[in-house]
Amino acid sequence: MTTTKTVQPPKPPAGGGGLGNAAKTVLRSRWIGPVGLFLGAIAPILIATPYAMNVMTSALIFVMLAVGLNIVVGQCGLLDLGYAAFFAVGAYTSGILATRLHWPLLATIPAVIVVTVLAGIVVGGPTLRLRSDYLAIVTLGFGEIIRVTANNLSITGGPEGIYGIPSLSVAGVDLSNSVVFYYVVLVIVAAAVLGANRLIRSRLGRAWRFIREDEDAAEAMGVHTYRVKMAAYIAGAVWGGLAGVLFGAQLSAISPASFTFLQSALVLMAVVLGGMGSTPGVVIGALFVTMLPEALRGLSDYRYFAFGALLIIVMVLRPQGLWPARTREPARTARRSATFDGEVRIR
Amino acid sequence: MSALLDVADLHLAFGGVKAVDGLSFQVHEAEIVSVIGPNGAGKTSAFNCITGFYRATSGAITIAGTDVTRLRPSAVAARGVSRTFQNVRLFGDLPVLDNVRAGTHLWLRQNVFDALLHTPRYRRTEQVATDEAHRWLDFVGLRADRTGPARALPYGEQRRVEIARALARHPKLLLLDEPAAGLNHNEKLELLELIRRIRDLGIAIVLIEHDMGLVMEVSQRVVVLNFGREIADGSPEAVRRDPAVIEAYLGSDDEPAAETGDHEPATATGDGERPTETRDGERVAETGDGEPSGEIDREAGADA
Amino acid sequence: MTQIIWNGLFVGSFYALVALGYSMVYGIMKLLNFAHGDLYMLGAFIGFALLTSFSGFTATLSLVALLVVLLLSMVGTGLAGVAIERIAYRPLRSAPRLSLLITAVGASFALEYGMRIIAGPNPQVYPVRLGGSSVHVLGARIGVAQLVLIGVAIALMVTLNAMVMRSRQGRAMRAIALDPVAARLMGVDVNRVIAMAFFIGSALAGAAGVMAGSYYGSINFLMGFIIGLKAFTAAVIGGIGSFKGAMLGGVVLGLLESFGTHFLGGQWRDVFAFAFLILFLTVRPTGLLGERVTERV
Repeated sequence: MTTTKTVQPPKPPAGGGGLGNAAKTVLRSRWIGPVGLFLGAIAPILIATPYAMNVMTSALIFVMLAVGLNIVVGQCGLLDLGYAAFFAVGAYTSGILATRLHWPLLATIPAVIVVTVLAGIVVGGPTLRLRSDYLAIVTLGFGEIIRVTANNLSITGGPEGIYGIPSLSVAGVDLSNSVVFYYVVLVIVAAAVLGANRLIRSRLGRAWRFIREDEDAAEAMGVHTYRVKMAAYIAGAVWGGLAGVLFGAQLSAISPASFTFLQSALVLMAVVLGGMGSTPGVVIGALFVTMLPEALRGLSDYRYFAFGALLIIVMVLRPQGLWPARTREPARTARRSATFDGEVRIR
Repeated sequence: MSALLDVADLHLAFGGVKAVDGLSFQVHEAEIVSVIGPNGAGKTSAFNCITGFYRATSGAITIAGTDVTRLRPSAVAARGVSRTFQNVRLFGDLPVLDNVRAGTHLWLRQNVFDALLHTPRYRRTEQVATDEAHRWLDFVGLRADRTGPARALPYGEQRRVEIARALARHPKLLLLDEPAAGLNHNEKLELLELIRRIRDLGIAIVLIEHDMGLVMEVSQRVVVLNFGREIADGSPEAVRRDPAVIEAYLGSDDEPAAETGDHEPATATGDGERPTETRDGERVAETGDGEPSGEIDREAGADA
Repeated sequence: MTQIIWNGLFVGSFYALVALGYSMVYGIMKLLNFAHGDLYMLGAFIGFALLTSFSGFTATLSLVALLVVLLLSMVGTGLAGVAIERIAYRPLRSAPRLSLLITAVGASFALEYGMRIIAGPNPQVYPVRLGGSSVHVLGARIGVAQLVLIGVAIALMVTLNAMVMRSRQGRAMRAIALDPVAARLMGVDVNRVIAMAFFIGSALAGAAGVMAGSYYGSINFLMGFIIGLKAFTAAVIGGIGSFKGAMLGGVVLGLLESFGTHFLGGQWRDVFAFAFLILFLTVRPTGLLGERVTERV
């Protein structure tokens, strides 16, 4: 620090450390996405019973929910306990437009985005200014508001819900075959995961993490914390709403019973268990939460109890989750540019 | 020349406690001004008012001609103000580089589509942010690993990262809240030199500091607070000779009194500063560095 | 009209009882104990178990026996609350707030579905049913049982308030709420006091559970979910952390709901209550009796 502008040797950021290590780093960062997609793509070749396709499609939709909630909880550190509400808002908006106004499902998507953004603003607007624990409980209340409203309105079909939601079709081609639909969902969910991950790795995503780590310090660096939190909340809402569209298309029927607090808690479980903030972790957590009960069907009475206990155990013993978010930056993004000159300038 | 920072008759009260009671001072471009005073004199409260963390009860704060009194901290930062915190506040779990990239948040823009589609602008801005982070980490002389989490760094290095983060904002005005607290002798020497280099970039600096050696050595002007009130404003030499200052610091001629505050009325206002802000920081400050009263005459002790 | 008000006051006293514990724990630990509503459920089930086993011995249950059951249920729920604090919250006291909130959700889940394993998914019919005679006052039909329950609720709240305001333990609680570090330095056994707060708060919720069970006659493992939310709403309306606020908030919420139900229909009661919560937080987040926090932008 004695010399000013001559501190140069741009030492290569530490992180190489052996071939095995490097391979591990690559596997952790670059290839995990394609590998996951590949596994998803070959899964129907291994088992293609309608039942299995159904379970796997549900699992993918759940992945989308978890990735969306991860933006809010894992990245921004805001606890949303009514996430199923956005899922419901998406499913109902598209379901109503498709069955009452006979819009093609694809055409409902812009409307779903608009409605979920509005819902995000209505809930987030007042509460994101407050302490984060208020948000938790207000979202819990919001979840109930949406569910009870859906239960009582005639346009939402009351407790029976909405029947006969058309499946996805593109340019007149019906995509309702369970295997075809699975692949469509796979592509959409993969895009959603990639999109969320790219947001996370952008300026906005960094600002989310700054808020999670220290709201005051973030504010001092010029991060308008209220707006940035709102952006996280809205992003989560949109992801949840779009997952809701897929959900309606898969089941062709929706009812308030699908959007209880239980659903919100399960998504949260996936995020926490997998490793808050880590995209691959959250995807694995989501698959775990949806697939495990299928594996342990005989123990269904115990599974929610086990989930509750697991939430406590994970938080107490391994708060970083099964697949924690990295705290070390990969060498790839830490590299200086070729033209780096070390000159300090104030713009 | 009009002032870069103009604090006019600033008052801040918490309930009945007056933390800042009529403070006025100005800072000009590329000037180093120190704000000193016994613990609880209202220095950090004044900082928090200037940066928007507290809302002043009355008075006006102007930065380069714009009134910022009622702005939120991020808006004050957008007017060209950066700060560090008394007890270092980094984004602990995030890589060191990300911490400094935070400084680029205000001037390096990306929109959602850049991020989703990885447009050329996304790639360019990300590279600029990384280069910028390295640039300022080089500038503050960070020797440690920059890819690991910030909380893994030793305390002194964390302070450097915090300064680098503030500089990456490209501020016109930098507020340093007790940057020397907890540093050893060599680190203080390096800090002294760093502060001068920052000034040489054309950045004005306001410094809260207990280390009188450092203050006397580096400042062009010193503002002295006591009980939230300004008792002196002038060159280091003038301030050192000011009877009111000597009185405030020494009370009687009992040295430790000013430091521990046991029988020093100054601590009465100590409760005025929010406990959450001062609990850690002030303790570190007290135990971590020299006694203000002891050093006030030991002129430039750090440089000896 | 008087009937609406009376109904509101009656329901409000339940909310107040649960909200008090919520508020007390929040005041001391700044923790939203999501499991609090489920402790109400637990209390109802403990009372149910006790009453079922007692009814084998005594043909008719006297009021005294019912009070004994109430006290035993309170003790049981209180101990459960202490156990939850010990297992799920204490290890995380210095962890980020998010972790604590998540374990609280976990505790709530574990209680609900643990009870489902024990008692089954279907509602249970309470062995006693308070009902019977009623009196007419100013056009409102007021059940004698309702009067007794309100009386018990008020007695419990007054006792608690007196304890916290007067006793040593109560002073320690308030000290911890203000500054846990300083309180510890002054020799307050923080763990003990927090356990105490959990005990009292949970016991109150348990009492409310037994009372609700014996009045409404039917209990199930999810009955705590909505009441937990309502209690929080009541605590926020009154000013969270404030005892009198929790009581006031409970009554206000009860009245609001009663009028809401009257004008909008019963199916909209919960929507009305939670929408009001969101609205209220926008306008006055510190609650009716909450202290103004130092203005911090």
